[in-house]
Amino acid sequence: MSAPMIEMRGVEKYFRVSRGLFRSSNEQVKAVDHITLSVEEGEIVGLVGESGSGKTTLARVLLSLTKMTGGEAIIDGVNLGHASKADMDRLHREIAVVFQDPASNLNPRETVESSIMRPMIIHGVPRSKAKEKAKEVLEMVKMDLQYLDSFPHQLSGGQLQRIAIARALALSPKIMILDEPTSALDVSVQAQILNLLLDLQEQLHLTYIIITHDLNVIKYISDKIAVMYLGRLVEFGPADVVGNTPAHPYTKGLMDAAPILDPRDRGKEKEIMKGDPGSLINLQAGCRFYARCRYATPECKEKDPDDLILAPGHQVACVHPLDINRA
Amino acid sequence: MSEELLRLEHLSIDYKVKGGYLSAVNDVNLSVNRGEILAVVGESGCGKSTIAHSIMNLLPGGNEVVTGKIIFKGKDLRTCTRREMEAIRGKDIGMIFQNPLDSLNPVYKTGKQVEEAILLDGIDRLQAWNKVLDLYRDVKMPDAEVRANSFPHELSGGMRQRVMIAMMLSRNPELLIADEPTTALDVTIEAQILEIIKDLKKTYDTAIMLITHNFGLVAEVADKIAVMYAGEVIEYGDVFEIFEKPLHPYTKLLMQALPRRTKKEGRLQTIDGNVPKFMDKKPCCRFANRCPFATERCSVEFPGETIVSGEHMVRCFLHETEGKEAAV
Repeated sequence: MSAPMIEMRGVEKYFRVSRGLFRSSNEQVKAVDHITLSVEEGEIVGLVGESGSGKTTLARVLLSLTKMTGGEAIIDGVNLGHASKADMDRLHREIAVVFQDPASNLNPRETVESSIMRPMIIHGVPRSKAKEKAKEVLEMVKMDLQYLDSFPHQLSGGQLQRIAIARALALSPKIMILDEPTSALDVSVQAQILNLLLDLQEQLHLTYIIITHDLNVIKYISDKIAVMYLGRLVEFGPADVVGNTPAHPYTKGLMDAAPILDPRDRGKEKEIMKGDPGSLINLQAGCRFYARCRYATPECKEKDPDDLILAPGHQVACVHPLDINRA
Repeated sequence: MSEELLRLEHLSIDYKVKGGYLSAVNDVNLSVNRGEILAVVGESGCGKSTIAHSIMNLLPGGNEVVTGKIIFKGKDLRTCTRREMEAIRGKDIGMIFQNPLDSLNPVYKTGKQVEEAILLDGIDRLQAWNKVLDLYRDVKMPDAEVRANSFPHELSGGMRQRVMIAMMLSRNPELLIADEPTTALDVTIEAQILEIIKDLKKTYDTAIMLITHNFGLVAEVADKIAVMYAGEVIEYGDVFEIFEKPLHPYTKLLMQALPRRTKKEGRLQTIDGNVPKFMDKKPCCRFANRCPFATERCSVEFPGETIVSGEHMVRCFLHETEGKEAAV
């Protein structure tokens, strides 16, 4: 078996809390805490969690937009902690990103063509070649070449998201990080973008990390689902297992909160989680989900649970994982 | 049969823009009964919020042309004076919006803002404050007393929406218009807010008009559903019936575009093309340019409302022969 595309071992990102201009404090925000997971080439991993759970921070670490404060991350053979400049340059070409709101990350004064060409120019691709490639990727996202000369304000939300995806494809990446790719879109357009992403993934054998809070989208598109809660990866495993018979009480609560898409499912038993996710500042010892967990025992208050391997490729950070057969 | 509270009759709203009138809402007929949740669903720009704002007479003013009737408890709201309307807002018809932070004053404690609404009914201060605390408990606010003394920025998104619901409840309106009430919230918080909305219907018999683009909310709480496309209600009926047997091609395609299963079971249905802008009122079906079943007739004639069975209404020539013409 080949090495995984992305491998994280105990990745941490702590931020120091500032208490005014000249006063520092020892308080830390553990935005991403001790995350261990590996992603194989060609996998679609859905990353879910409530706001503030650290999904985006983790993505920023992968994109090396922010430096991690602990642990090790190896992406396509490059160790983020101590990589040469040449390796990092290669990595920057191999990982592309698509953000939530396409209107705000395309330059309103640049044409579609020059927006798509920009990453290539930055990475030293000659202009003529970049122009060719821009046409090629635009066709890949199934848009007419007439749009090359359009400006963002002339396009609809779905078209803008296609342009953002085309730009991400410009440097022929291996990994794509998609941060809420369909949250700003209507249902019918969302379906178009999801289909497009699946087509591209099959054609190019890309690896996707898809961050979203839409659980129905995640269940539809992912091979594996990673669930984060207050900076910890609480569960990671195959999509059908995590989606249907989760082992972590938090995953269960989250999946039960997902809106049903058929009124005939109304009668189904649901466990609605109480309370808010809480804050990352001044975390208590013990499991972070302790206060909201209906299965918590005194033991949970004592110790932050380690990752438990339930089955190959299915891990959970819980002292008392739910019995899978019971659910 | 439950009592009808609100009825929209042939409501049309056009905005005056450069070069003519933009038709935002066209010939909408809807009614909401006491103790019933009507979901108005549609994609962005279909006119659902415009309808909500027109009921409260909150349209920007100046460049819109409204025709038709908005009848609330037998009275046409469009004929009300400004003062009469002010008395109706909040007292008879309450409204909650998408982003509670925009609706709350950042420099007053949230409890005070709710109290302000109660004081309008001429209740003395001590009683009013106690009522605030009761309401906070009704909407399941944790630590009601502490939160009533908190400023909006000290609360989470879910708590802010609870404050808005408490404020709306304080005057016990008969009709609640909820415009995308959970769009800005996490799913777990959304589920909690939905529980409150369901309780409301049960305890207070409030009629609720839920404006949303999220079919999940509709499936979860609605009794009736009105599907809008390009300013028109193209299908209306019981929520179970519409989810089980959608008739209008747009509703059908939209239902299949929802990610209900997994990718192993195939790609999602998509709807090609875009919603055109309707500047003039040319008689036609507005979905014709994207409809896989469109015929020539669809682009020259305006499809009427056909009642297929019971309350199930559809605006499509395909089903014209199946039912009788709606008598509105």
